[in-house]
Amino acid sequence: MSNDIYVVIEHIRGKVAEISYLMLAAGRQLAGGSGGELTAVLLGSGAESLASDLGADKVVYFEDSNLTDYTPGAYLACLKDFLSSEQPRAVLLGHTSIGMEVANLLSVKTGFPLITSCLNFSTDGDTPQYTSQLYGGKIFSEGDIPGPSALLTLVPGGYKAEDGQGTAPPPVTMAAVPDLGDLKITITRYIEPDSSDVDIASEELLIAVGRGIQLEDNIEIAEELAEVLSGVVCASRPVVDQGWMPTTRLVGKSGFQVKPKVYIALGISGAPEHTEGITGSDTIIAINTDPAAPIFNIAKYGVVEDIFDLVPLLTEKIEAS
Amino acid sequence: MNIVVIAKLVPDLVEELEIDESGTALDMTWLRLIINELDDHAIEQSILLKEKIGAHVTVIAPNFEDIDDILYTASAKGADRLIKVTGDYESGVNNHALARTFAPIIADLSADLILCGVQAHDDQDGSIGPLLAGYLDLPYVGYVASTTVENGKATISKEYPGGLSAEMSVELPAVLGIQVAEEPPRYVAVSKVRQAMKTAEIEEVEAGEFDLDGGPSVGRMFQPEVGEGATILEGSLDDVADELIGILKELGVSI
Repeated sequence: MSNDIYVVIEHIRGKVAEISYLMLAAGRQLAGGSGGELTAVLLGSGAESLASDLGADKVVYFEDSNLTDYTPGAYLACLKDFLSSEQPRAVLLGHTSIGMEVANLLSVKTGFPLITSCLNFSTDGDTPQYTSQLYGGKIFSEGDIPGPSALLTLVPGGYKAEDGQGTAPPPVTMAAVPDLGDLKITITRYIEPDSSDVDIASEELLIAVGRGIQLEDNIEIAEELAEVLSGVVCASRPVVDQGWMPTTRLVGKSGFQVKPKVYIALGISGAPEHTEGITGSDTIIAINTDPAAPIFNIAKYGVVEDIFDLVPLLTEKIEAS
Repeated sequence: MNIVVIAKLVPDLVEELEIDESGTALDMTWLRLIINELDDHAIEQSILLKEKIGAHVTVIAPNFEDIDDILYTASAKGADRLIKVTGDYESGVNNHALARTFAPIIADLSADLILCGVQAHDDQDGSIGPLLAGYLDLPYVGYVASTTVENGKATISKEYPGGLSAEMSVELPAVLGIQVAEEPPRYVAVSKVRQAMKTAEIEEVEAGEFDLDGGPSVGRMFQPEVGEGATILEGSLDDVADELIGILKELGVSI
């Protein structure tokens, strides 16, 4: 066992994912508390250059042609024995479509306990502490990060990417890659997003509808408001999963990161999966009947009203002015 | 083909959540539980596969209150076998314990495909799907949005941010974490659920003692302060609408 903190770097199609820098920022804090080093773990093929701006003390690099693109089995095979023998104090992974599954599988194979959805950490006491988000961001839980080794998945919100970037390339050590010839999961191709629809990531005024819209036909009230404001309608996950809006309009963790001047959230509770996608907005205005909705934590202006009462009235008034 | 779907109940977030006296868990007394939405998508995906290529679908669930309704509803949608796992859930359970408990039960079902929601909002120590895959030594992939099966392999699409997906080939048997079914979960008439209550049988399996190893201990649970950031506009609907128009104008929106 050691006091070191390991960060499993996520990258996709030649680009380091932002969560990696957030994890390095969090890892730097944890390493400061434990008195250990911060190690970035990179897996890829011809991907060594991705290590250059990682804010870590060193990089351990797994190079293999089977690691060109992420697949869960290959990552697990590389990391399980490596981490079991290194026994770092903590291993950070993204609470993402990559990190979540790797962390779970690793927890079983290494026996390290797992804490997911960590928002931030504290290193003030003898034992480092986690704060994690539960129940759609409505409840936080905190406690000791169990020792001697623990797996942690990080959600965005508590750290800044710039704090995870390095000024000089860290030294890179090659790791021994196990035999990856018998992978049960292989990638066949990437499927690009549909480019025939509007690009919500570059729109300046977005009207977003969430579960509170209740019925497909009700989206009309958002469309009417969008029309008088020259904005575009987008949606949170439940609306898209119902098939009421296309995935090109999906905002959040598994959809698009948007950065409009104005984001008007209608009947959106503000679960972390959604708010991850809207933190780049200049101004968020939220309308929701639930005064305890987490969306009011990140909105600049909030209205606790029924969207079906307020939105048509608002549209009417804007039209008349 | 044998498909096993795991479904669990989670608190309905529309209700107000309260922390219990211990300060480390939710107060379950008045809590309304609903099926984890993504598990509902997993059930739908299993029925879609059954309709397309033929399959025997088993739905298995921890025995939380009202689970019978969920299982009978699954039966009305087309599930063939219903199992609830009984145990002392009130004394505390986590996903490691659930996955450990379910692993041998599911191993006995000779599943080709095991489906569950990719996550639930009460997950704190990981998710059931990948943990189960770990204990059963099966391949796992999550964030799955479409699934076809042919020649002992599943072809799935896995969602990445920004609308990008990866198509992956998965050797069966395997566990898949479903983000969204290819069709929204179907509506089933109450009369069909009532019919299922009369004809379908729910088998019970005893869980034994839960081994919570692998999950964290919670020191404190709390509700984050709400409305810290937002200026809440108050007054009559008319006033609020006018105020919003003023704010939008100030923000440079042409009205």
